[in-house]
Amino acid sequence: MSPQTRERVLGELGMVYDPELDEPITDLRFVSSCEVTADGDVEVRLRLPTPQCAPNFAFLMAADARAAAHRVPGVRAVTVVLEDHYTGDEINQAMARGEGFVGAFPGETDDDELAALRGRFQRKALVARQAEVCEALLETGVAPEELTALRVAEVPAGPAFSRCLELRRELCIAADPAAPAFVRADGGSLDASELPRWLRMARLIRTSLEANGGICRALLAARLGLPDREKEIAT
Amino acid sequence: MYEKDGEKYFVVDGHIHFWDASPANWRPGQEQYAKGWIECFHAYMGLGPPETHWSLEKFQKYSEDDFVHDEFEEAKVDHAILQSTYLKQWYTEGFNTIERNAALAEKYPDKLTVNGRWDPREGEAGLAQLEEDAKRYSLKGCKLYTAEWRGDSRGWTLADDECKPFYEKCKELGIKNIHVHKGPTIWPLDKDAFDVKDVDHAATDNPELNFIVEHVGLPRIEDFCFMATQEPNVYAGLAVVLGGLMYARPRFFSKVMGELLFWVGEDKMLFGSDYGIWEPKWQIEGLLNWKYPDAEYSDYPVPNTATMKKILGLNAAKLYDIPVPEELQLPADAGTPAAQEDAQLVETA
Repeated sequence: MSPQTRERVLGELGMVYDPELDEPITDLRFVSSCEVTADGDVEVRLRLPTPQCAPNFAFLMAADARAAAHRVPGVRAVTVVLEDHYTGDEINQAMARGEGFVGAFPGETDDDELAALRGRFQRKALVARQAEVCEALLETGVAPEELTALRVAEVPAGPAFSRCLELRRELCIAADPAAPAFVRADGGSLDASELPRWLRMARLIRTSLEANGGICRALLAARLGLPDREKEIAT
Repeated sequence: MYEKDGEKYFVVDGHIHFWDASPANWRPGQEQYAKGWIECFHAYMGLGPPETHWSLEKFQKYSEDDFVHDEFEEAKVDHAILQSTYLKQWYTEGFNTIERNAALAEKYPDKLTVNGRWDPREGEAGLAQLEEDAKRYSLKGCKLYTAEWRGDSRGWTLADDECKPFYEKCKELGIKNIHVHKGPTIWPLDKDAFDVKDVDHAATDNPELNFIVEHVGLPRIEDFCFMATQEPNVYAGLAVVLGGLMYARPRFFSKVMGELLFWVGEDKMLFGSDYGIWEPKWQIEGLLNWKYPDAEYSDYPVPNTATMKKILGLNAAKLYDIPVPEELQLPADAGTPAAQEDAQLVETA
């Protein structure tokens, strides 16, 4: 059973997103190993670009990875180990005890603030991903007024738009087929007249996310001596 | 003065360090953090061109000769600003304290400026120390770390009431440049340590002071840009944008520069190499050689020679009253200002 289970666990891990970068942790090469025993016990090891990466985001990824592995039928115990991180011991021990962020750092934090932080970044990601879809549609000749009038069901399926809908569901913003296809970060409606400026701002958010992701990838590659497969050719 | 293709540039390296992170300075019991910190910085060096990489041993503690060679001889930097970073919880004598920086600056008084620091949580004692430092080191600027942990406190913000006497003290002492570290950090745990909203408050309340956001709020460039468009006294410190992206991620670098030129504008962008993380020469050369890679970037502002002169030195010289030889100055109306956009934060975007 384990090879197949392992594939399924990896599949689920591919749906765990770095909350800050809005990219799957598998694409970012943060999953350093994933082992499944014959009995269905799973051990996932995570590595981050630096030992000093923010503990809040590190915790969210470790907790999400744990929940993802548990979703696979046949999985029994799940151990997630955060490797070579300056708060790794605290986070690993809290995870082993089944405790939240507060359990890892008692008296130093509260879970509500962590949830608020996650929400804030999901809103940024939503704006950036929507703009990606909007730009592609505008390029095919859709007019701004048509674009802002679109409903969810009318947008061609694709990974970026699926991600938008996922983020909307997590943020409790309506994402049913009849809901507006594109919304502001707070869920409010978007007017065609404000589209150019909204797109300009969205592009900036996307640039920020991508530049960040670029730095994280390059740091991880430099630190581990991995070939930097994302390295661009200087122009 | 850096010369390229017949053009002469007055260079101010606005963000440099002279640290000691050698094992002898690791605080007993805290070795893993002291080691981890400097190795993390060393990994950042890996984002620059391979021929500029140093061994970890040299990186932990570079010499005065290395410093003089890299900054003044190779990069032809006219003036550099030393930022002080303490981290005494990990390094016995501190990472690069004002004393260590000042000892170096004393030897090159015309070429080096030392910045101090303050922390509102130190209250009266902090104000007295700031006054003493300002007099001893002729401070014109300070570098602040809002995310620093202290006792039970998990950081502070520039908008806290406790900061007010410190702003007043700065004005009284002639300290007009407040550098704020908004970039990769350690603590606090739950809050977003990169949040720049507090800079917005402080900049509005203290128009006499300049707020230089180091690392342009990376990884929150968008929040920084939206804020900087609205505050005339907020500046972008380019350290890390240049060193971390220019070589390793040239297309992202072009996008980030394009966005900064659009939102913040060439009059408010300041060169900083973040030496010793990266040597300045390749960054100066790279900036002067930089062009947008293709048509995808066509609606970003296009920089010209005047843009580069401002970013590389003239903007910082103005903030720090550093004398610039006549032949290296620009006519008053040179260049293009940023788009005056009335932007808003992402929560309502």
